[in-house]
Amino acid sequence: MKGYLDQNIQSEGFVVSQFEDLLNWARASSLWPMSFGLACCAIEMMQTFASGYDLDRFGVFPRPSPRQSDVMIVAGTVTFKMADRIRRLYEQMPEPRYVISMGSCANCGGPYWEHGYHVVKGVDRVIPVDVYVPGCPPRPEALLGGILKLQEKINQETRVVPQIILDAIAQKA
Amino acid sequence: MEALDIKNLIESELNFSVDLDEKSGRITVQAAQLVSICDFLWRHPSTYFDSLSCLTAIDNGPENGTLEIIYTLYSIPNHLTFHIRLEVPRLQEDGKLPIVPTLSGIWKTANWHEREAFDLVGVVFGGHPDMTRILLPADWVGHPLRKDYVEQDNYHGIQVKF
Amino acid sequence: MNSTQYQFHPENFHLSDPNRYKEEDLKSEEMLISLGPQHPSTHGVLRLEVISDGEWVKDVIPHLGYLHRCFEKHAESLPFNQIIPYVDRLDYMASMNSEHAYVMAVEKMMDLTGKMPKRVEYIRVLVAELNRIASHFVAIGTYGLDIGAYTPFLWLMRDREHIQRLLEWLSGARMLYNYVWIGGLFYDLPIGFEEKIKEFIPVVKNTISEVVKLVEENTIFIKRTANVGVLPLDIAINYGCTGPVLRGSGLRYDLRKVDAYSIYPELDFDIPIGAGEKGQTGDCWDRNHVRIQECLESIKIVEQCLDQLTGEHKRTKDFNPQEFVPKKIRPAAMDVYVRAENPKGELGFFIRSDGKSDIPQRMKVRACSFHHLSVIPLLAKGAYLADLVAIIGSMDLVMGEVDR
Repeated sequence: MKGYLDQNIQSEGFVVSQFEDLLNWARASSLWPMSFGLACCAIEMMQTFASGYDLDRFGVFPRPSPRQSDVMIVAGTVTFKMADRIRRLYEQMPEPRYVISMGSCANCGGPYWEHGYHVVKGVDRVIPVDVYVPGCPPRPEALLGGILKLQEKINQETRVVPQIILDAIAQKA
Repeated sequence: MEALDIKNLIESELNFSVDLDEKSGRITVQAAQLVSICDFLWRHPSTYFDSLSCLTAIDNGPENGTLEIIYTLYSIPNHLTFHIRLEVPRLQEDGKLPIVPTLSGIWKTANWHEREAFDLVGVVFGGHPDMTRILLPADWVGHPLRKDYVEQDNYHGIQVKF
Repeated sequence: MNSTQYQFHPENFHLSDPNRYKEEDLKSEEMLISLGPQHPSTHGVLRLEVISDGEWVKDVIPHLGYLHRCFEKHAESLPFNQIIPYVDRLDYMASMNSEHAYVMAVEKMMDLTGKMPKRVEYIRVLVAELNRIASHFVAIGTYGLDIGAYTPFLWLMRDREHIQRLLEWLSGARMLYNYVWIGGLFYDLPIGFEEKIKEFIPVVKNTISEVVKLVEENTIFIKRTANVGVLPLDIAINYGCTGPVLRGSGLRYDLRKVDAYSIYPELDFDIPIGAGEKGQTGDCWDRNHVRIQECLESIKIVEQCLDQLTGEHKRTKDFNPQEFVPKKIRPAAMDVYVRAENPKGELGFFIRSDGKSDIPQRMKVRACSFHHLSVIPLLAKGAYLADLVAIIGSMDLVMGEVDR
């Protein structure tokens, strides 16, 4: 049985691809998240990184520093005191950067939406978010799903012309 | 040792008069006498309250106009729990926050509990080594566990309400 | 979906949480290090302002509140039974234990203590002890991670996953259960649950004996933790330390024995304490040792509970775990302070009800980690910078409970 690469590589040893696809493929398959554990969801995130679910399989390996990371998994309740720090760490991440909002609290304030005077009702009020993972806390499978969704999103990216302009062109034509 | 015994002990040894609530078994003291009573209860061998389990500040609302502070003392060797209650006005006459003597000189536990009470309920502890906010940001407005607390509209541009 | 509302201002950072020390006031050999709030070894969102002199820690100032989720405000706004999910989220490592403590407090107000069937109490203790093992597994595993051992983390998380799956089968949730109700339980044990735990017990025992060999007797581990962060007993009591931290300092004090609540007086278990086997009493090694030994004691309790649940108090058709759940929870006007032994220490609930509504007038949580955190500056002063991480890890802090 031939391996995956062997099946795809032609007899000459070449893979014909677009440069964008190559970039996207590289980006999507080595997403290094910043381990941004804030609350209960952080424990489920740890569980996902640990032996049971093993995020290493997806090229996801936690980094302690924002300067080395591609994606920020905001796992837990964002408070106003933390909001300044989240923004600062987000600014420190190099482009391209992605954000996964994990858990109800980070999505919209979760159970604290009504009386939580110190809870930010959604991390998207502080930083832009790419993927929302619902749950309180989400199961590790749900976080895996979120990461796969982000990979899907990255694979559709194009460097030359932004997607929104392509859509506009397609609409005109 | 019952609450009545502790009350009698305080009255005979310190010559303070304290009120005992028979039902709940706790005493109500004056703010000025608090530190000496607690120090006495901490040192006396038959009570020896070596740990302060909890410190609760309660706002009774603007209609009552009072704040209560309840100290939960516990003695590990005597296996004894005892509550001391303190009542102060919600606001002083000039509109400032009420001042209560600190117990952080006796139990270090009180240090952070008092900071928390200041932060959330708005009681100033006089003589406290570091009377600053502990949980909320330093530039937060108001004390959230007061009954008449109104959330601020936004904080650093972020809307506070949902 | 919201749009970004945050307004950037260069001063924001210092406005919300200013440093206690000013850079310009420091001596030339001193350095200000801000450890956290996002740091892998602070166990959540804790910020430590560290003043260091070379490798020595001169002063540590903890800044907390980054996870202040307004529990006490919620408790003043919601009925008693709806507070249970929020209690879960206080100490999210040990939700069952927290629920048990809270439920005991409300039952005391409703005068229900001791009226429930024995089976209910045994199930409560069973799940609480399973959760205690899970909580200690995280504590021991991440402590290894903090000081450079990755393997114990992977092994212990693997076995914690089993406990989580068992409790998910029981309650429907992996971490935050809402299983213990006021006056009863959400549901009886699922059929086959007892057998599964019996299968699981040898696995845990095996893991613990492996971890003892891997961690406790490891020379590197001993060098990193023995004689580090020694907490004398009198200071521990004065700062309000409880649980494994106090027992690590050598006092045989456990609320399960002292207060003898729930069904604990009928169970046979020991209270491990630190004795300074590798260094002085009350060092980091002792605290970790107490946690590992406590897992074994919890297994003993689980086994005894299982004997009772399959023997004298076995499953019957007419057993209704919600039999004593009150329709309306409206206690008379009173104050109670009820405490219970959580994996991390004494968790106390001070509740005042006004007798007129279903909503408590005031609820204060006496959180164990809050006190353990307050003693860190004292232990860290004069320690090596690397030992600071060992000291924080040995306290087993959960910021959800510290900040509430």
